Amino acid sequence: MGQLREMPKITMDRAPDHPFDPPPLLYQLRDAGPVVRVISNGGTPAWIVTRYEDQRTLLSDPRLSSNQNLPNFPVAVEGIKKSQAELSRTIITLDNPRHDVLRRMYGRDFTVKRITALRPAIQRHVDNLIDDMLSGPKPADFVASVALALPTLVISDFLGVPYEDHQMFQDITNKIVSPELPAQELAEAAGELVEYVGGLLDTKRDDPQDDMLSRLAAYWAAGEISRAEAIGAGMVLIPAGHETTANMITMSTIALLDHPDQLDQIRSGEDQGLIANAIEELLRYNHVTHYHRRRVALADIEIGGQLIPKGDGVILPGNLADRDPDAFPGDPDELDIHRQARHHLSFGYGIHQCLGQMLARVELQIVFSTLFRRIPTLNIAIPRDRIPFKSDLFVYGAHRLPVTW
Amino acid sequence: MKIQLDESKCVAAGQCAQVASNVFSQDEDGLVVLLDDRSVDVETERESVKQAVRLCPTRAISLAE
Repeated sequence: MGQLREMPKITMDRAPDHPFDPPPLLYQLRDAGPVVRVISNGGTPAWIVTRYEDQRTLLSDPRLSSNQNLPNFPVAVEGIKKSQAELSRTIITLDNPRHDVLRRMYGRDFTVKRITALRPAIQRHVDNLIDDMLSGPKPADFVASVALALPTLVISDFLGVPYEDHQMFQDITNKIVSPELPAQELAEAAGELVEYVGGLLDTKRDDPQDDMLSRLAAYWAAGEISRAEAIGAGMVLIPAGHETTANMITMSTIALLDHPDQLDQIRSGEDQGLIANAIEELLRYNHVTHYHRRRVALADIEIGGQLIPKGDGVILPGNLADRDPDAFPGDPDELDIHRQARHHLSFGYGIHQCLGQMLARVELQIVFSTLFRRIPTLNIAIPRDRIPFKSDLFVYGAHRLPVTW
Repeated sequence: MKIQLDESKCVAAGQCAQVASNVFSQDEDGLVVLLDDRSVDVETERESVKQAVRLCPTRAISLAE
C-alpha cells in the first residue's frame, strides 16, 4: 500500500484518454488504502472511503448525516452551504425521522406498477424523437435530439411541468450542476427555481391535475408537508429527473458504439432480459453521478480498520466502488453486458437510494431497445477525442454528441 | 426458508418487487408486501429472494433458514 505524503484535494478530472474511467487520483487513493484523509472539493478535510462493501455499510448506517448545514460537511464547492431553506428540507439533505416520512409520501408516485404503466407513453416519445432526428439534417446533436429531450419530456409529463418551460429549467439546471459557478449566481439560479416551482404549486393547489406536483400541492394543502418542502421536492425532481438520465443515455450510446460486438447482441431489441442486464452494467460502468455521496459522522465510526471521529466529513465515491474487483469480479474497468451488476451503487444505497431509479431504468431500457434497431448505422460524427465531456459538472456526460447515420 | 419483513424500514425503493416479482410486491404507498400465492414454490425463488435481500437498500427483508 502506498502512502500519500500529503492530503490530496479531490478532483473530478479524468485522464483524457480514459473518459469512462474515474479520475486517476481516485485509483491512487484506492491504492493508498480503504480509508484515506483528503481535502474535499469545498476545502475542508474529510475521509474518503474507497471500497464497495465499506461504502455500502456506511450508506446504510444511520450514524452518518446528509445534513449539509452541519460543520465539516464535505461540500463540493465552498460557499454552497448557505443554501435556500427549500433545499435544506429535501429527501436528499434530511436525516430521519423526517426523511422517511417524505420519502414514503413521494414514493407513491414511483411504484413499479405506476412506472410500468408509463411504458407506452415513453415508447411513443422515443419513436417521435427518432423520427424527428431522422427527418432533420446530418450530423445531428444526439444530446439535444434524443438524450436530453426524452427525459425532459418524461419528467415534464410526470411532474406536470409545462414542456414549453423546458429551456428555462434546463438553463437553471445547467447552472446548479456547475461546481465552478460563483455562490451568488448559484443562489440566484436556485432562487429562480424556487419561484418557478412555488408558482406551479400555488396553481395546482387550486386546480389539481393528474401529476406529481399536484399531489405535492395536495400534501401541502393537507398540512402533511410545508410549502418549502413541496418546493424542495420539485427542485430536486426536475434536475434529478432529466440531467442524470440524459447523460446516461449519451454515455451509454458512446460506450455501446465502442463495443460493437456487445451492441450487436442487443441491437434488435428482442432479448429484453439481456437489455435489462446491459442497462445495469451500463449504470455501473458509466456511473454518471460522479459528484460522490457526502456525509458527516454523527458518532465515532470504525470502518476498514480506521476510526472516523465524530463530526468529521465522509466522502463515498460511488464510481470507484463500482470499479471494485471484490464486488465486480473479472475486469471491472471493462464493459460486459453479461455481467451480474445489479448491485451497483449508481443509484446509491441506504435510505437515500434514488427515488426515480425505476423510471430511469424504464427510459433506458426503451431507448436501447429502439435506438439501434431504428438507426442501425448510427455513428458518432467526430473523433472520440473531440467529444466535449462534462468532467467539470456534478453529473458526468457530454455537452454535445454530433451523430450521423 | 422463511422471509421476514420489517415494514418500518421500507422506503419503497421497489428493488424486491423488481428482482423477485413472484414473491414481493408493493402496496399503494409502495411499501413491501409479501405475495400470498401458494402456487409459487419459494424454493425455486430462493436465488431471486436472496438477491432481493441483498439489494434492499434499507435491509427491510431478511431470511431465516
